Amino acid sequence: MNANNLTQCLITLGALLILVKPLGAYMARIYEGEPTWLGKALGPVERLIYRLSGAGGREMNWKTYAVAFMLFNIVGLFVVYALQRLQYLLPLNPMGLGAVTPDSSFNTAVSFATNSNWQGYGGETTMSYLTQMAGLTVQNFVSAASGMAVLVAFIRGFSRKQAQTIGNFWVDLTRGTLYILLPLSVAVGLGIASQGVVQTFKPSVTVPFLQAAVDVNGAAVTTQTLAVGPAASQIAIKQLGTNGGGFFNVNSAHPFENPTPFSNFLQVLSILLIGASLCYTFGVLVKDRRQGWAILAAMFLLFIPLLWLEVAQEQRGNPLLAKIGVDQSASGLQPGGNMEGKETRHGIAQSAIWATATTAASNGSVNSMHDSFTPLGGLVPLFLMQLGEVVFGGVGSGLYGMLLFAVIAVFIAGLMVGRTPEYLGKKIEAYEIKMASLGILVPCAVVLIGTAVAVVSNAGLATIYNPGPHGFSEVLYAFSSAGNNNGSAFAGLGANNPFYNLMLGLAMFFARYWIAIPVLALGGSLAAKKAVPPSGGTLPTDTPLFVFFLIGTVLLVGALTFLPALALGPIVEHLMMVP
Amino acid sequence: MYLEQLIISARAVVVFTVLTGLAYPVLMTGAAQALFREQANGSLIVKNGKVAGSRLIGQPFDDPKFFWGRLSATGPVAYNGAASSGSNLGPLNPMLRKAVQDRIAALRSTDPGNPAPVPVDLVTSSGSGLDPHISPAAALYQSPRVARARGISEDSVRETVDRHTQGRFLGVLGEPTVNVLELNLALEAIKWDR
Repeated sequence: MNANNLTQCLITLGALLILVKPLGAYMARIYEGEPTWLGKALGPVERLIYRLSGAGGREMNWKTYAVAFMLFNIVGLFVVYALQRLQYLLPLNPMGLGAVTPDSSFNTAVSFATNSNWQGYGGETTMSYLTQMAGLTVQNFVSAASGMAVLVAFIRGFSRKQAQTIGNFWVDLTRGTLYILLPLSVAVGLGIASQGVVQTFKPSVTVPFLQAAVDVNGAAVTTQTLAVGPAASQIAIKQLGTNGGGFFNVNSAHPFENPTPFSNFLQVLSILLIGASLCYTFGVLVKDRRQGWAILAAMFLLFIPLLWLEVAQEQRGNPLLAKIGVDQSASGLQPGGNMEGKETRHGIAQSAIWATATTAASNGSVNSMHDSFTPLGGLVPLFLMQLGEVVFGGVGSGLYGMLLFAVIAVFIAGLMVGRTPEYLGKKIEAYEIKMASLGILVPCAVVLIGTAVAVVSNAGLATIYNPGPHGFSEVLYAFSSAGNNNGSAFAGLGANNPFYNLMLGLAMFFARYWIAIPVLALGGSLAAKKAVPPSGGTLPTDTPLFVFFLIGTVLLVGALTFLPALALGPIVEHLMMVP
Repeated sequence: MYLEQLIISARAVVVFTVLTGLAYPVLMTGAAQALFREQANGSLIVKNGKVAGSRLIGQPFDDPKFFWGRLSATGPVAYNGAASSGSNLGPLNPMLRKAVQDRIAALRSTDPGNPAPVPVDLVTSSGSGLDPHISPAAALYQSPRVARARGISEDSVRETVDRHTQGRFLGVLGEPTVNVLELNLALEAIKWDR
């Protein structure tokens, strides 16, 4: 880690910290239904949405809320599936792309509805502009807004007393989309468009090669076809909504998707922005801001050491290349380090910051190819996903995942002293622990069982790209990504085939809804409880002690579950690489 | 409850599709085309009234008189702007080692007197396969060869490299870069002037 790397890390984290409070406070006002100037300006649009969709503003109990959430997601999933299957008949397809295969369409539909945005396909060669806009961009917005809605409903479980209802899904969905995601997307979208991210409905552009090239068949190639499209609008929301599905195959490594260090900075900040700010929103909503800061502190304390490890490993480079006359030292003239799969303009620091951020948040977009990272450089993103996407995590889903760990943490602490545990004035009893455990254990099971099935079946082994332990890491990464709704990949694995499309599609589906529904059930059960005033035996949950207790709980579950699998992949590979 | 919520869901999907899937991208396209016309259409380089490439998308070079860019893993031709791709080779993959050795051999065969270790970005594949840049170190490494192949002084090549070197954003973010296509176009222009 050299001085410049450190400065780049500090600037990114510093900018994030500055924005947490203003955005967090604003989001709290939006979900509380308090007046804002944007609310005045866009109020008529909000009311129009309710009128056109027939959604009333009645409060819902948790079951109705969950039904609305599920049905809306499933209808959206069918629309994305149908758009892909029928895109060859529909307008806005200037490249004349054909129907997407059924298994790939299923995978992509689940992927975008669940906020995973795993990309089994190459964007520019597969999806028409209409599919990208009306299918994928829409799900980028509403899957993110759905996650935030579930979070807010869950938080109401703590802030309400002896209540039967936890809010109205349609109101939370609409307000999150209209007042939070859309305005931020417009700002970020124009910011990155100014840097060179394309935004056009024209078909691809053809330009001459300065020096004629020869393709693999020996034929001369004198022109270059540049895929373009309405990219900036989609990329803005893909980052802000922790979606991550790119417009182009290589995602934000593509120069038209992420052309400059400034566009990179804006995007990496957008990845973490809402997830981190929601911690402050949480503090406001439970009327105790220190609770929000405590959760945010736990996230930062998990994030920073892993970020350091990531930058240091990638900057150290590949010892095998040093032996054959390659200069990997960092200087004012070159980034050095492990540059395979990285872009020159991003170098080591911005690639490593991105890889850590995109897997801490369940974003999954990439600006470099994780498959080509050093073994421990690849372990960091893998481990961050396996921790359950709770370090910032997906918008909404990251914080409700972390709050499940907080519930488990107060429960464990309660067991130690033999008292009924409480969190934020609500008694934590058997039902709450059952729901929290379910939410934490389902993704673990999905990841490990999915990986195990893949590596003992011919279909699963057939499309592994890299030999040795790295090949195992590719499969483990795929299921860690899908089983935690991240969406990034060790992209060497050939995953666009019926086996992986189906397996990973199911993994994403279970991982999303088998957490979200227990979370809503938990919210409903907590809302119905009386508030217990804190007593001398109450464990305070806004202290450094609790922060470390929470971090310990997250690490304990993650490490115990996944260390054996990690040992077979990146850890063995690291030992093979280091002389 | 189920039927009522299902009907609302169907109507809401249509409403949100119109709002976020049509109105939003169309308005953004209008705004980007009005405010950042050049960038929104692919940052094309225009020389003498003709499009000569994109400032953001690299091109393949292997002639000694041109600066070479990053390795590109796109198929069927390197720097295929219609199908971006990285190599996805793991750090221990023998194919990675071979690709690096082949590139070093190619660089050395066109520049036999240069024993310096090769800057890493010049022997590795970019993430996109379309990287328009190399590091200043990679450009300086190639300068003697380019000068010799073009029969011009090394100083004038280095001076052209300097003019096409961009520092870090605000002196801090990202890495210093040299745009390979723009540099090569500038070198071609020098030839025209003479």
